Amino acid sequence: MPEEESAQFSIESVQVLSEDESVDEELVPSLSDEQLLELYEQMKRSRRLDERAVSLQRRGELGTYAPAIGQEAAQVGSAFAMAEDDWIVPSFREQPALLTRGTPPHKILQYAMGMEEGAEIPSGKGALPPAIPVGSQPLHAVGVGWGEALQDRSNVAVTYFGDGATSEGDVYEALNLAGVYDAQTVFVCQNNRYAISTRLEKQTDAETLAQKAIAAGIEGIQVDGNDVLAVYRVVQDAIESARNGDPVMVEALTYRRSMHTTSDDPSVYRESEEEAEWEARDPIVRFQVYLENRGILDEETKATIENRVESEIGEAIDRAKAGREEIDQADMFEHVYDEMPPELERQFEAFGGEADE
Amino acid sequence: MSERLRIIEAVRETLREELERDDGVVVYGEDVASAGGVFRATQGLADDYPDRVFDTPVAEAGIIGTGVGLAATGMRPVPEIQFQSFLYQGFHQLAQHVARIRSRTRGTITCPMTIRMPYGGGIHALELHSESFEAGFAHIPGLQVVFPSSPAETKGLLTSAIRSPDPVVFMEPTRLYRSFREEVPDDHEIPLGEARVVEPGDDVTVIAWGSMLRETLDAVEDVDASVEVVDPRTLYPLDTETITESVKKTGRCVVVHEAPRTGGMAGEITSRVNEEAFLYLEAPVERVTGYDVPVPMFAREDAYLPDAERIEDGIRNALEFN
Repeated sequence: MPEEESAQFSIESVQVLSEDESVDEELVPSLSDEQLLELYEQMKRSRRLDERAVSLQRRGELGTYAPAIGQEAAQVGSAFAMAEDDWIVPSFREQPALLTRGTPPHKILQYAMGMEEGAEIPSGKGALPPAIPVGSQPLHAVGVGWGEALQDRSNVAVTYFGDGATSEGDVYEALNLAGVYDAQTVFVCQNNRYAISTRLEKQTDAETLAQKAIAAGIEGIQVDGNDVLAVYRVVQDAIESARNGDPVMVEALTYRRSMHTTSDDPSVYRESEEEAEWEARDPIVRFQVYLENRGILDEETKATIENRVESEIGEAIDRAKAGREEIDQADMFEHVYDEMPPELERQFEAFGGEADE
Repeated sequence: MSERLRIIEAVRETLREELERDDGVVVYGEDVASAGGVFRATQGLADDYPDRVFDTPVAEAGIIGTGVGLAATGMRPVPEIQFQSFLYQGFHQLAQHVARIRSRTRGTITCPMTIRMPYGGGIHALELHSESFEAGFAHIPGLQVVFPSSPAETKGLLTSAIRSPDPVVFMEPTRLYRSFREEVPDDHEIPLGEARVVEPGDDVTVIAWGSMLRETLDAVEDVDASVEVVDPRTLYPLDTETITESVKKTGRCVVVHEAPRTGGMAGEITSRVNEEAFLYLEAPVERVTGYDVPVPMFAREDAYLPDAERIEDGIRNALEFN
């Protein structure tokens, strides 16, 4: 019996800004100088927030915090490609994407201070709170993308998860259901090479993570996740595809330059040579060199951005701390149900809470 | 105009009415559209509402998880899990997200989802088709756990569940789906959290829900005493007041459930009776429950399930205690 080839696939990988400063001009997205500077500023803002947050945690001001250092291009580039009313469905390391979508930094800090206030979603904003259980949120994004389609709206849900999450069954279910429902959903997988200490090689034998989308019947593509222009370009295309009912998974190849969380010590499981190698590929540095070569970022502009970011983060820290002083412990009873059931009310009263008039 | 319906038909008619009433209602699950569900609860609905009644791939985590997203966009998901035991494959989505999203976002995102599922034994099904994990669901803050026990109750409770702003686990007694007919009124809504005194009595209170209520009513016929039968209808929120008022009157109490005894709802109900009616008790609260064994395969199922005889024994124990 002759053997036949039943299916074939290939995975494309996109890069615009290479590490040697050369640029694929044909692939450069059409963004104004202002927009390019905004991308840069958002990456700087996120980096600084993470740095300050880690030191706050060390001083006992924050709980466990997951910095996104090294992943700014993957997140800022993708979030910047979203339209105003699109949805973000994040995991717990999505500061760059959240800031780009307009989440005030003090909210991010309050979440890390253990306050639900940090996970409030302003009315009318297309967003879900950070998901802590790894890989559980892509299903929500499929529900959002499906629900938008069912209601004849064009908004897209963009969900973020990591390489470790692709080993979770829920992520496969999400990719598969997105295809079946023609969900308006984009999956941004940040392959940062580590799930806490577990290297990608131990996570899967698959050559790429993007091909997991192929298995589920939707498009999968790789992008250099440390190249903000490539990420923007690829995710913008993915979003337009999803808007038309064709979901896409984008695997952004990046590196978690810092710790998994403030409870983690990467020196236990990886070499400093490897970290140095990725420091040289830092996404902010690469984009900064591009902007300087293009003549739109000079020392003065850089200083202006740095000063603005510094004072914003400083204010955010003050605001987050002030908010923490004001919280009412009895609030934990308030939002469990729309109306407090009698048994809960008994517990609330025993706690010393007073019902709203 | 009211109709004489069986539970399965009451489910179907309620879903039809809610699909008609609210454009946001979406009914979906495995084999729900083309086949009308394995028990035919959703038969014909996809013909009338093809844009809001769907077959899904075999993916319980996906069914529950996508509901979180659907609800966030303003819809009211009413998924069917084919058998309650299959919900375990989506349990993490239920506990981690469905139940918590209101509180973790301080009410800014909610999940008005009603998860329907046939539960319980008595139909000689395969392994893992007969569980009643109500205590587990009731233990998760943020959920409401609802048990219809008759066609009219199904209509009233399912209507309220679908309209509720909070998630509901709706436990349909498999063995009663087609077992009897009853007048089902139109526009019937039963508030969640209100128990029903099914039969008034003075000597002993028996608390039972779902399929065990039918067994209890059979048992009561053979007991030579005045028995008050209370159906809590919802296990969370639990109507403590109706239960304890009844026990204050009778002084004796029996709780019946088919779930295993340890950690079961009878323990919680007993505690509430102790807290609110201790001085009225003339006997310890008696439990008639499943055993602490995995629900056996169907050759031994009848030995596992509490039946009228075991319930009668429980009632006599409570009555005879001095």
